[in-house]
Amino acid sequence: MTAFPMNRSTACVFFLASTALLAQHEYAPADVENGGRNYTNNCVYCHGPEGDQIPGINLLQGKFRRTLSDDDIARTIREGIPGTGMPAQNMNEGNARTIVAYLRASAAVPASTIAGGNAARGKTIFEGKGGCTSCHRTAGTGPRAAPDLSDIGALRRAVEIEKSIVDPSAVVLPQNRFVKVVTKDGSTVTGRLMNQDTFTLQLIDTQDRLRSFPIADLRQHSVLTTSSMPSYKDKLSSQELADVVAYLVSLKGARKP
Amino acid sequence: MKTYALALWILAGSLFAQNPVTFDRILNADKEPQNWLSYSGTTKSQRYSLLTQITPDNVKNLELQWVFQSRSLEKYESTPLVVDGVMYTVQNPDDVVALDAATGRVFWTYSYQVSPDARPCCGRLSRGVAILGETLYIGTIDAHVVALDAKTGKAIWDMEVGKAASGYAITHAPQIVKDKVIVGMAGGEYGIRGYILALDAKTGKEAWRFYTIPGPGEPGHESWAGDSWKTGGASVWVTGSYDPDTNLTFWGIGNPGPDWNGDNRAGDNLYSNSVVALDADTGKLKWYYQFSPHDEFDYDSVQIPVLVDMPWQGRPRKLMMWANRNGLFYVLDRVNGQFLMGKPFVKVNWMNGFDERGRPMKLASAASSKEGTFILPGNQGGTNYYNPSYSPRTGLFYIPTWDNYSSMYVKQDQEFVEGRTFGGGGPRPTTSAPAVGGFNYRSDDDIYGAVRAIDPKTGDKKWEFKMADVTDAGILTTASDLLFSGGREGYFYALDAREGKLLWKASVGGAVRSGPMTYTVNGRQYVAVDAGNSLFVWALRQ
Repeated sequence: MTAFPMNRSTACVFFLASTALLAQHEYAPADVENGGRNYTNNCVYCHGPEGDQIPGINLLQGKFRRTLSDDDIARTIREGIPGTGMPAQNMNEGNARTIVAYLRASAAVPASTIAGGNAARGKTIFEGKGGCTSCHRTAGTGPRAAPDLSDIGALRRAVEIEKSIVDPSAVVLPQNRFVKVVTKDGSTVTGRLMNQDTFTLQLIDTQDRLRSFPIADLRQHSVLTTSSMPSYKDKLSSQELADVVAYLVSLKGARKP
Repeated sequence: MKTYALALWILAGSLFAQNPVTFDRILNADKEPQNWLSYSGTTKSQRYSLLTQITPDNVKNLELQWVFQSRSLEKYESTPLVVDGVMYTVQNPDDVVALDAATGRVFWTYSYQVSPDARPCCGRLSRGVAILGETLYIGTIDAHVVALDAKTGKAIWDMEVGKAASGYAITHAPQIVKDKVIVGMAGGEYGIRGYILALDAKTGKEAWRFYTIPGPGEPGHESWAGDSWKTGGASVWVTGSYDPDTNLTFWGIGNPGPDWNGDNRAGDNLYSNSVVALDADTGKLKWYYQFSPHDEFDYDSVQIPVLVDMPWQGRPRKLMMWANRNGLFYVLDRVNGQFLMGKPFVKVNWMNGFDERGRPMKLASAASSKEGTFILPGNQGGTNYYNPSYSPRTGLFYIPTWDNYSSMYVKQDQEFVEGRTFGGGGPRPTTSAPAVGGFNYRSDDDIYGAVRAIDPKTGDKKWEFKMADVTDAGILTTASDLLFSGGREGYFYALDAREGKLLWKASVGGAVRSGPMTYTVNGRQYVAVDAGNSLFVWALRQ
């Protein structure tokens, strides 16, 4: 698929501001999930994780430059807007529709209510009191089994980051699922599932080792549907939480927004 | 030196024994199981071999003998032919290669220059070649049929049989019947009007043509509203089967177009999603059976008709078995097309039974919609073009299967433009299947692939070999009760055909999307399958 160009000044996208939502289709959770991936892969570089990087538009809050139906949005994604920085995407109708599903679902979720965070203070908490670096990697440093947060601010909305800190198990993205295996000799290994087929399973364990197991040699194996990360709901004050969120939002990695 | 001389003598002997492949040989291919003379092995298309050197006991000793790496990164979906020690296969899209079947060394390569007008849906590929006499035949993705000298690869004739710029293409191995080469047109996603045609094998001259959508004045034309018959698709993707007793050639017909929106083609849309039985001499329709009338779910009947002679409810009968993309397993009488049985082999929610004539009772809710309609099985079907197999020894029918599989079908209005895709909407996934998003996206209730063995007398499942991912691999069975297949994960494996137990596997590093086959050279049995973009060949360790 074609990535959007990087020139923000020319990347104007949807015309005429409007916050009105038309009566639209119902979308399946899988559509929203797939749409989030497609949005991240195709749209986030110009529009940003909050969908608000183009003046006058907030894609994830349903704010366009004019009232757009689902059909309008899908068509705009596929055909682009001639003479602007919005290129036509080499994307089939189904994938374009999943992005619409993601935008509509996101618009139904309120934006982050916390504000006033201080990124520098948040970094101190992240690396100290929070103990986050014992599992998470940033800027090329730290372990790899948990999600690498080096560019989390370029990929996720503040509201999503906040939710993941307070209630880590509420949404575990499939690519971050952990698996627990018990070998025939009784030893237990947990790690992020990287691949699995009929006969084998591959993971990265909590010591950063890439490990592969013949399933026939396992007593059990199961994908953990809950996160192994603890909730910080009662461990951080609301100000500390805002600080950590501000810090994570500032992590843009090597990507250009 | 003596050993070397002996080897030379054996090699020379095997090459000198190459006789022209008469149609009589093709008809009686089971009498020479060392060869594989047509796409599905025999005209019955059971993909069952009488070779027994490789057994359930020794299959663990299979050893890779050679690999042919094609110069194409396209999906490799072909089944090779083997004639007296020489293998003929394709290199996508439409090159033909002759190799020493024992060593993989190449005798010759024919390179076909595909027209820039070619635009086949779903892969720029060929599923194989046909042979008659000393001539090979290939159908190309720009809708040509080319005849080649099997000894040199030199082209003998090249006939354009469809307009590539309009979406016509050939992706299957031709069928040989008597002195004719029979092919069908792909292009159902481009609003073609499909047809099957027979060419004179010697000259390439068209002998007959059967339109898979009846024209004005022909029976069945009324099953298309207005002018929709002109752009109704009904294409052919895989090779048919042939019954010499009735002189009928049987072909599965693909979906009506536009695929996902039937609003402008009210009616059953004959002969889309049907099997047609044609007189092999004239192309006249003898009978048809439509599996999925007025389809909006892309339920092409892109399956190989499997012909079986066996008792049915107490009397001997000439049967046709068919596991369809629509999720149902069928048994028909192949003499007259009579519907004998239909039963789901995967989860199905678009119908709830058959009327007394064998017509499926489609639910009123089973229609594509602007909002999306949840349908089982989903767009790739309960099975697809993947080769099934029937073993007369086990009496079981084996199906490459996708189960727990659904799609949301969304229709859209679309104008027909010649040469452009004509889908009228599309399916959306309902789950993050491995095929869609990587393995750890799946949950226990997600789609999975399997080799499923069913008792054709009842349609009941006898066993299944479940895979983590889905499968596009065909199935081969042998008279030693072995079953060979693979899947998208990149394994090729052997199962006990009676119980489904895994006996051997090899990691081939690429999806198996083709039908395996087997042959012998100088008394040694080989098993061959395409995986990734290469052809792999095994034999027992010596």
